This record gives sequence, structure tokens and C-alpha cells, in this order.
Amino acid sequence: MADIALGPEPSPKLHLTASQQSYLHLVRRKRLYSTILLALLAALLATGFDLAEQRNAGGFLNGVPMLLAFPSEVLSEAWTNRANVPGLMAHFLPSLIETLNIAAVATLLGGLFASLLALLTTRGLAPFPALTGTFRRIMDALRAIPDVVIALVLIFVLGGGPIPAVIAIALHTAGALGKLFSEVAENADLSPVEGLASTGARWGQRMWLGVIPQVAPNWASYGLMRFEINVRASAILGFVGQGGIGHDLKLAMQWGQGRYDEVVAIFLILFLSIVTIDRFSDRVRTRLTKGAQHG
Amino acid sequence: MVDAALISTIETAMQRRKIMALALPMIILAYLFYAAVSFDVLGVASRARMENARILLSDFWSYKVHVTRDNRRGRVTSSLDGDNRYSFGPDWVVTQGDITTIDLGGGAIVTYDPAGARMIMPGYGTVDIVSSGGKVSVTAPQPLPDWISVSDKRIAVTTPLGRFNYTKSKVETFRYFAGWELFFFTFDSPLHGKSLSQLGSLALWEPRIEPGQSNLALMAEDFWSNRLWHHGEVVWALFETMLMAFIGTVSAAILALPLSFIAASNMMPLRAVRFAMRRLFDFIRGVDALIWTIILARAFGPGPMTGALAIFLTDTGAFGKTFSEVLENIDEKQVEGVRSTGANGLQRARFGVIPQVMPVLMSQVLYAFESNTRSATVIGAIVGGGIGLLLTQAIQTQKDWEDVCYYLILIVLMVFILDWLSGLIRRRLIKG
Repeated sequence: MADIALGPEPSPKLHLTASQQSYLHLVRRKRLYSTILLALLAALLATGFDLAEQRNAGGFLNGVPMLLAFPSEVLSEAWTNRANVPGLMAHFLPSLIETLNIAAVATLLGGLFASLLALLTTRGLAPFPALTGTFRRIMDALRAIPDVVIALVLIFVLGGGPIPAVIAIALHTAGALGKLFSEVAENADLSPVEGLASTGARWGQRMWLGVIPQVAPNWASYGLMRFEINVRASAILGFVGQGGIGHDLKLAMQWGQGRYDEVVAIFLILFLSIVTIDRFSDRVRTRLTKGAQHG
Repeated sequence: MVDAALISTIETAMQRRKIMALALPMIILAYLFYAAVSFDVLGVASRARMENARILLSDFWSYKVHVTRDNRRGRVTSSLDGDNRYSFGPDWVVTQGDITTIDLGGGAIVTYDPAGARMIMPGYGTVDIVSSGGKVSVTAPQPLPDWISVSDKRIAVTTPLGRFNYTKSKVETFRYFAGWELFFFTFDSPLHGKSLSQLGSLALWEPRIEPGQSNLALMAEDFWSNRLWHHGEVVWALFETMLMAFIGTVSAAILALPLSFIAASNMMPLRAVRFAMRRLFDFIRGVDALIWTIILARAFGPGPMTGALAIFLTDTGAFGKTFSEVLENIDEKQVEGVRSTGANGLQRARFGVIPQVMPVLMSQVLYAFESNTRSATVIGAIVGGGIGLLLTQAIQTQKDWEDVCYYLILIVLMVFILDWLSGLIRRRLIKG
């Protein structure tokens, strides 16, 4: 690309040449670094892709033409049985509600746990300042462990049903929201807390009356965002483990041909509910944060 | 004087707040109650198998050695977790003729003899089992404590020192040891059973065990190809998981960058094109990673590339949205400056826009990469690649809990390290 941004020919003024020279030098070096970095990235990407392709069952180039084969097979079968689809969508509604309930309960429980963890790890609010590091590591670990693993392990102990999924997602949510919550609480105004402290309020009272009202809108907004994520996680957990719409989807997929109308019905209600929830939460979140700006 | 109307407004507002402050927790409680009923919490609590939890937790950090006698053939074997491939002769099991004596430590001794078996528990007494003519009879101090269970078919003694089971066909004693068995070297390695200082001196100055190989290389090889723990394969799987996240995130960012220019209102004058692009992003994000993964797995078969493509697709939607938001919030002055030199659209984008958004975009990509290493574990479980596959396999056998614990520790470590690294880079990017 031409260096048009560098402007006209170097001017004859002597006192400018030195700085211009050094500027050009700087730009050239920066470009060189970016080029090297980009080339490195491209090389890494290419070798990585090659490696992934070798370890994959089917090759990339063989797969590309097949990409539309499965969707078109599913859709054409569903199209011939299109009369069934609305009925099937109604039939799978209870499973969808179960999936949504799992996400909602997990978000609520995880959010409560996260609020506690956040207050325990926020500078200036923590009741045991010496332990903030420990609580932070606990949150990090909760975030790091994949929820599927917790769910599968809990299925071994608790048996099937939605409870393992709720616990798994709630634990992950506690870690993820705890970090965001504590970032919000760090920016809270401490004067109400001091005022409450002067009246002899205990830690719980100071937090409940002094901090929570300030951070509630932002916390609720993060909670809603997490709910969107958790709906997806809950569907995936159903697919890998048990319960909810994910499990129905897996059963219908395993059956294969002949039940593709069910697959389409499940795809549709899952898609619709995710889009609706995203829209709804988007709107509520803008209201929450705008309301907070008004005071 | 204070306005009376103002007072009443404030009072109604306060009243509403009070009601809200009470009503909101009540609604949440009511909802949780409904959920508890619909999820059948009580049923789950009654069906929960707590002994499974105990097995799981003890397997996480300890292993057991089975000393088994086949009552029909009379053969005694000691093995790790009852797996015949890992049988050995521990020094606390002594066999002399027909009689086997097992020292469980702490004064507890189990004896197998032709008449039956006997267990001496310190502080309690002797549980004597005699088998004759197909009938099993037990003599033990009465009343029987609850850690001894006796039925027609089976006598089980569970103590903190070890477990003891007697059935007609076989008698088994389990002794627990802390730690993970054969984690470094299996029995077939010449290095098995060596202490840390022995290994150190072997590595540094002692003569070679295998003539063609230095001792250090031998150690590395025997550890890497450990037949019980498969360290080599596990490290490969972790690498595969990171690879999926890397390919998916980076290629999604590369594709999303030009697309986000099309979706940004200050870059794309044609409203219809912008709108179509945005709806495409919404569609990709709405369909959800699960469904994309299923569709892709059908076309490309199981493996890491399918996982990478699934991450690529979902992230293209996510990046497209966030990138275009970043582009809409740029400082137009720099673009104006570049425009004044007569630059065309591409040049304006390259020299006016990219330099100012690059740090923000990079930091978003890094953050996504970090969170994608986590989702790659889950996606790996669906598409069959990486550490996610190993984990689900180990969980499904319902006995390799020590493997599960090992993988979990590795995943947490991987996420911690990536977290720390990306935090470091992001801080440097923001500082410039």
C-alpha cells in the first residue's frame, strides 16, 4: 500500500528533517513489527489448521460441499411433514420451559452467591481483607471449571434430572458474575457506607442499605446478560447430559431420518426463545443502565 | 418552606420503593419454590446416592489395592483397583501355603485360610467367617456394629483402615493409599518405585539403565508414555483444545473485521446492506453454538477442526456485532484528516480507522480467546476432540474418577495461565 498518509515530499527546512527522519524511522519499525507479527499469526493459523484437519475424521474440503447436505435433508423432510411442526413445537414447549427454568434458577442462585463473593472481595467493603485473595481464587476456579463437567459428575451422585444442571450452571455463574459484580462495587460511593457505620450498623446492614441500592441496576443488567448465556448453556447441558430441550434434540437427532420434523421444531423454538430473550434483555438492560445515569 | 406537593411525591416514591423492596424478594422466593417443586428437589434428595459421592471423593485423591482370593480356585492376587493388568506383590501381603495374611496397618489383620477368612480389628475383636458345605457362618462379638453388614450372600466390613468383603465365590480386601497410583512410572518401567533422590542421582551421574539412552531421556519417555495415565495423549488433548479456540477465534476475527465495516452506520452509507448484515450477525448468534456444532459435525465428522469451525461461526456473529459498535464510536477527525489527503475508502479505513480501533479490537479478541478455551472443552465433548472428549469418556466409565480429577486440575491450570497471559497482553495493549 502506498504511503499516502505520510504527506508531501520532505521539506527543505533543516530543523524539521531530524524529527521527520526519526518519525519515519519509528513508523518503519512499527510496520516491520506488525508485518512480522501478522506473518507469524498467519503461519500459526495455517499450521494449526493443517494439524486440526489431520486429526479430524473428515477433511475440510470434503466437508464443504456436505455442509448444506444435512440441513437440506432435514429441511426437505420437515417440509413434507410441515403440518406436524406447529404441533410438535407445542409438544416440546414443556422441555423448553424446563431449560429456561434451569437457566433462570441457576442465574438467581448463582447471582446471590456472586453478590456475596463480590462483597467479600471488593476493596474497602470486604469484612475480612486478609481473605480477599482466597475468595478471588475461588471465583477464578469456579469460572475455570466447565459446567458440563460439574453436571456430569453430579449426575453420578444425584441421578438424572435438572438439579445437576442447575448446580453446575449456578457455580459457573457465581464465578463469572462475582468478578463483574465486584468491579461494579469497587466504583460504589463509600459515603453512605460510612454514614451507616457511624450509626453503628453491622456489616450486613451496611451492605444491604449502603451498597446494594447503588449497584443494583448494574448488577441486574449483568445478571440478565448472564441469563442469556445460561439459556444457551442449559440447552447444551441437556444435549451432553440430561434434561430439557437439549436432551429431546439429541434423541431426535439420534433417531435420524423420520424424525427430522421434530429436529426442526426444536431448532425453531430454541431459536425463537433465544432471540426473544436477547431482545427483551437488551431492552431492559438499556433501561436499567440509563435509569442509573439519571440517579 | 418545603413544597407540600414535593413532600407527597417523595412519600409516594418512598412508598413504592418500600413495596418493591418487599415484593421483589417475595416474587423471587415464590419462583424458586415453584422451581423446586417442578424440579422435584425432594425426590432427588431421596434418590441421591451418597455412597457414590464418597467413592468419587476418595477416588479423587486416593487409590486402593485389591487383595482377592478366588474361593473356588484358591488363587490370591493383589492388584491396583482390581485391574488384572496391574497386579503386583505388595510387602504387606504374605502368602504361605494356603494361608494369606494381610496387614492393613494400625493393628488390623486379615487372614485368608482354607476354612474361610478372619479379620482382627483392634478395639473390637475378631470377625471369623467359616465356609463349609456352601454355607457361610460368621462369629463376631455381639451386638454387631453398623460397619459390619451380614446377609446370606455377603459379609461386608467397612473400616477407615480398609474394606473387607466375603461372598461365596471370592473374598476381597481393599486397602486405601493416598495419592495417584503409578502416576510417574508404571510397573514395567525400570524406574518404578525409585525415590526422588534416587531418580535425581540416576539422572545426574549414575550409569545408564538403558545403554542406548541417557537416564533423563528414559525418564521423560517412560513418563510420557505411561500406560495408565497416558500423559502424552492428555497433553495433546489439551493442546488440541487450545488449538480449536485459537483457530476459531482468530479466523472469526479476520472475517468479522471487514464485515463489521459493512454493518457500521458511519462506514456503510447503504442502509439496506447495513441492515442485512446486522440481521445476519443476529441470526448467527441466535442459532446458538449447539446447533451450529451439530450441523458442522454432520458435514465434517468428529474432530478438532469441526470444533474450531463451530467456534469460528458463533464468534463471527459475536465479533461482527461488537466490532461494528466499536467502529461506530470512533473519532472522525482522524478519518477526516486522511480524507483531506485524497485517500480512497480503503486507505481511509487502513490509516484513519484501524490504528485507533486496533487496541480495543485486539483486547476483545483476546478476551474471546480466553473464554473460548473454556467453551472448546464443552464443544470438544460434543464433537469428540480435545480434553472435553477425554473428560466425558472418563466420567462415563464411572470409575476413573482420578483421571477426571487430573484433567480438571489441568483445565483449571490452563485457564488460569491463559487468563493471566491475556490479562498481561491486554493491559499492555491499553497502555499502548
